[in-house]
Order: sequence, then C-alpha cells, then structure tokens
Amino acid sequence: MQTNSHKSRWSAGVTPYAEMGYYRPDYEPKETDILCAFRFVPQEGVDPEEAGAAIAGESSTATWTVVWTDRLTAYDHYQAKCYRVVPVPGTNQYIAYIAYDLDLFEEGSIANLASSIIGNVFGFKALRSLRLEDMRIPTHYVKTFQGPPHGIVMERDYLNKYGRPLLGATVKPKLGLTAKNYGRVVYEALRGGLDFTKDDENTNSQPFLRWRDRWLFVMEAVHKAMAETGEIKGHYLNVTAATMEDIYERAEFAKELGSVIIMVDLTVGYSAIQSLARWARKNGVLLHLHRASHSTFTRQKTHGVSFRVLAKWMRLAGVDHLHAGTIVGKLEGDPNNVRGYYDILREDFIPADLSRGIYFDQAWAHMPGTMPVASGGIHAGQMHLLLSYFGDDVVLQFGGGTFGHPDGIAAGATANRVALEAMVQARNAGRDILNEGPEILARAARWSPSLRSALETWKNVTFDFESTDTPDVVATPVA
Amino acid sequence: MRLTQGTFSYLPDFSDEEIKEQIQYCLNNGWAISIEHTRDPHPRNVYWALWGAQPMFDVHDPEVVMREIQACRAAFPNEYVRVSAYDSRLGRQVTTLQFIVQRPNPEPELDLERLGWHDRSQRYAIRVHRAGGDPT
Repeated sequence: MQTNSHKSRWSAGVTPYAEMGYYRPDYEPKETDILCAFRFVPQEGVDPEEAGAAIAGESSTATWTVVWTDRLTAYDHYQAKCYRVVPVPGTNQYIAYIAYDLDLFEEGSIANLASSIIGNVFGFKALRSLRLEDMRIPTHYVKTFQGPPHGIVMERDYLNKYGRPLLGATVKPKLGLTAKNYGRVVYEALRGGLDFTKDDENTNSQPFLRWRDRWLFVMEAVHKAMAETGEIKGHYLNVTAATMEDIYERAEFAKELGSVIIMVDLTVGYSAIQSLARWARKNGVLLHLHRASHSTFTRQKTHGVSFRVLAKWMRLAGVDHLHAGTIVGKLEGDPNNVRGYYDILREDFIPADLSRGIYFDQAWAHMPGTMPVASGGIHAGQMHLLLSYFGDDVVLQFGGGTFGHPDGIAAGATANRVALEAMVQARNAGRDILNEGPEILARAARWSPSLRSALETWKNVTFDFESTDTPDVVATPVA
Repeated sequence: MRLTQGTFSYLPDFSDEEIKEQIQYCLNNGWAISIEHTRDPHPRNVYWALWGAQPMFDVHDPEVVMREIQACRAAFPNEYVRVSAYDSRLGRQVTTLQFIVQRPNPEPELDLERLGWHDRSQRYAIRVHRAGGDPT
C-alpha cells in the first residue's frame, strides 16, 4: 500500500495504521478488554507490525484513509490496539495480539461480536492470510450472555443418568428413509441401550420425510423404548428450517410430544441459535448444536477462525451440546487441540496453554458447561481410548458403529453400552484402561455376544491421517 | 423387564466385592455415598426412599457402606436398592455415580399407555405394572 509517512496524523490521505495509533507495544490490556490472537501472513514487503496494526484498525474504527470525523470522537478509546506481534518460528507467519475495549461491543450479541472482529478484515489485501486463533472474553462480557439453556449438571439430572458418558447415534442412511422406517431405526437403537438418537444435519423436511411425520413416528419410538428399559431416552429432532417461524413451530411440536431434546445446525446463524437457546431454557428442552459448515472456516491453519473461538461463542450463545471432535474418528482433529476444545466447553477456568492452542486464560464465571459430543467414525473397540481422552461428561455417538452391527441395530447399541459400562467399571476399580483396554473388552465379549461381533467386525478400523490444524508448540514430555 | 437405569445395568449383577471396589473409588474422590430403595422404577421417579437420615457425608470406610447396603437389602428384600455418589464441589453439585445393587424378583413391567390426541398425535404415559398385582 502506498502511504506518505511524512504527513501529519490528520492531513488528508493515507497514513500507516501503526502511526494512527493501532500499534501500541506499550499498551497494557485491561481486564475488561476483549483480547484476540490472530495468525497472519503479510504480503511481500509489508512490515509485520504495520500488518498487525492494520488488523486492529480494520476490525475496529479505521478505514483506508484519514477521515476528519475521527476527531469528533475519543478515538483513542475506540481504536483497537495491536500490543504485540511475534513471529512463528520456521514459517512466514506471525501472531498479532490485539486488545478491544468492551465499549465496542453490544451486550449479549454473538452477531455483533463476529461482525466486529471477523467482519471485513479477513479480505484485507495487505494480508495473504489471516486466522483468528483465540479470543479472551472478559467476565464482564460473559455475564451479558444467557449461556447454555441447562448445562451439563442440569442435563444429567433431567436424564437421571450419571457416572458415564452418554451414548448416541445418528440415524443412517441420513437421507432416504421414510418416517415409519426412520422411527424403527430409532426404536431399535434406543431399546438396545443408547441414551440418544439423532437426526443428521441435513435431515430437515425433505419430500420423502416431512418433519411432522418424523416427529410423530420418532416420539412413538422414544416412548416405547422408555417403557421397555425404564430409562429416559431422547432423539435430537432437528428443527433447522428456512425461517424462525418454521423453527419455532417445529420446536413447539417437539415439546408437545414430550421430547427432552431438540437440535439445530450452525448453518441457521448465530442469532437464530441465540433465539432458540432462549426458547429452550423457557421450555425445559435441551438444545443440541450440530456444527454443520464449520470446517469451511475452522480447518485450515493459516486462514479462518479456529474452532476454539467458535466453541467459546457457542457456549455464550447457549447450547447444551456441541460436536467437538473425537481424536480417534474419521474427522479432522489434532489430539491436543481437541482436548483444548473440550476444556473450553466444560471447565470453569481454562489457563493459557499453547500446547493445546489456548492463547489466553479464560474464566466463565460459573456459566454452566456445554456437553461436548464425539461423533464420526468411532466404534466400541475404541472405548478405552475415548473414556481416557474425554472422561464422563461427553456424548459418544456411534452411527455406523451401531447401525452397521451384523446382528442388528439393537445388538449394535447393546455392544456399545456393554463396552462403555465394562470400561467405566474397570477404570473406577483402578485398572490402567489405556493399556489394558483391549483385554477388558475381550473379557466382556466372552459373555456379551453383541460386543463380540462388534469387536470382530471393526477390529482393524482406524483413521490415521495427519491433522491440518495443529498447535505451534509441542509439549515436551516430562520424566 | 430388566431395569437399565444406573451406570452398570448392562453388566452382570455385581458381586459384593465389585460393589466395594466402586464404593472405594467414590470415597477416594471425596464423594458422599447414599443408599436408596424403591418399589417404583418409573424413569421419572428420581426420589427413591433414602436409607438413613441423610447421605453418608462422614463415612469413609467402604466396609461401613457395605454393612448399610446389607441392612437395606434385608429390610426391603423385594425392592430395588441403589447406591449413589454425590460430588458437592463448586461447579459440580451433582450425582457422579449411581448403580443398582438389588433388584426385586421378578422385576415389574412398565406399560406404555397412549391417548389419541388431535391431528394423529398421541399423549404417552408410562405405568408401573407389578407381577401378579394391579397396575399402580
């Protein structure tokens, strides 16, 4: 960009962002500031500090040229401040740390937060690429959001299920089943031992499966399975639709039929999610969020928005469940990053830890936690890994791992439940499940034919590909 | 019907030794143990009758818990008995483990009742049906 650096701050024309006050290496962030860490690659010849200042400017008050109307404002207060730029060793990337005064944001609005911080700046020509890695949300801002309608603790009390991960499965095939067949799949999976079944993200209201018919047959299946097991069961009815009016209509009917949970896709947008979160709290229905479309902007390490930022936004917006990766399954997810996402969703205070991709301390001020969901290419034979990595507060979803069982859907569900309970029992009894897991499963398979067939069918299935999104810092093992 | 509430209902019923292992785990975590019993396995019956006046906040010996379980079983031989562990720490304040340690023989059935509602929808009710007895 051509600039004239000899001109004064206020003469007409273009002044470098750094000279306009957007680069302030002496700035001490306030505890009320929103802090962001951006990974960026500047264009050839662009100074990294100037690029950091430009990010701060373009995501707060600046435009490309000097405007005298800035002088009508306390501009120093409104300008975002890039207070540190550090190179990422061995790459052409840098991390810019930027502080935003809380005054720049509307209370309780993810849409406003997103429009401010990821609004225009990602298309800025002076940068080759830009990624929002993490965001520190100050308590003052956290407290302006509703948060999860119910949260992990309340969900367990609603469901009367304790001491183990919950089990779910997404109905397959995800498109093509008619309502009555769809309900059959739900019934078999729930009576076999799952806690939840789930619509898939694109199961909305297609010509072969209209939503109202699905609701009726699914809720017949849910109640029947409850009576056969004595357990509370649920199916995530996907209320995703074209308009808020449609979404509310579907949610209301789910509630009327006694469903404990509904779901919605990320594709409906942040404000629709916040509206539904409010509805879910008011009506005592759990809200599951499917992160459909997130990989379009979360996956690449050098451009987009990290999933850890999206996870924070969704806990604020208010969802009870959020898909957050499996480590061992078929979808992208570096183990350390995924552990970081789980912490962000479940814990009350998460300390900065670059080995997990976490740039800032984050305090939630006792906002209830969101239950992470592990879904995509996982099966009973991995139970020791899943329980070791994720602990109890997680929903483990075995789609193919339930419906693909050679002895039928109910047997697939039973296999998963037996594997889970056997592993929890062993862990609690002090066994080293990470190492003894396969032996613990084999022992349970001796008396459980369902588990035996499951282990036989999927014994060699792993998805061992390198992750595209990994932390820069690798933790050095100690001792 | 085998009631599958609780953390371990898909496993064969635990021996007393296995129950004690789980109780030791709870006590190691600082969780308070409760023993509860009921004749009503309805999935929304959350308040089973508490054995004793309160959860055993001050009991740290698994043998003491085992003796209480035996006493509860002896007093209610034809009811469900379960053990729960409770974590009172800030941010939790929730049951952390819960499993059945005695089942009536035979176990009751749950009947699903439907009431035809408008526009093809149904209203559902679950009713406990004890073997040889009237629905209650």
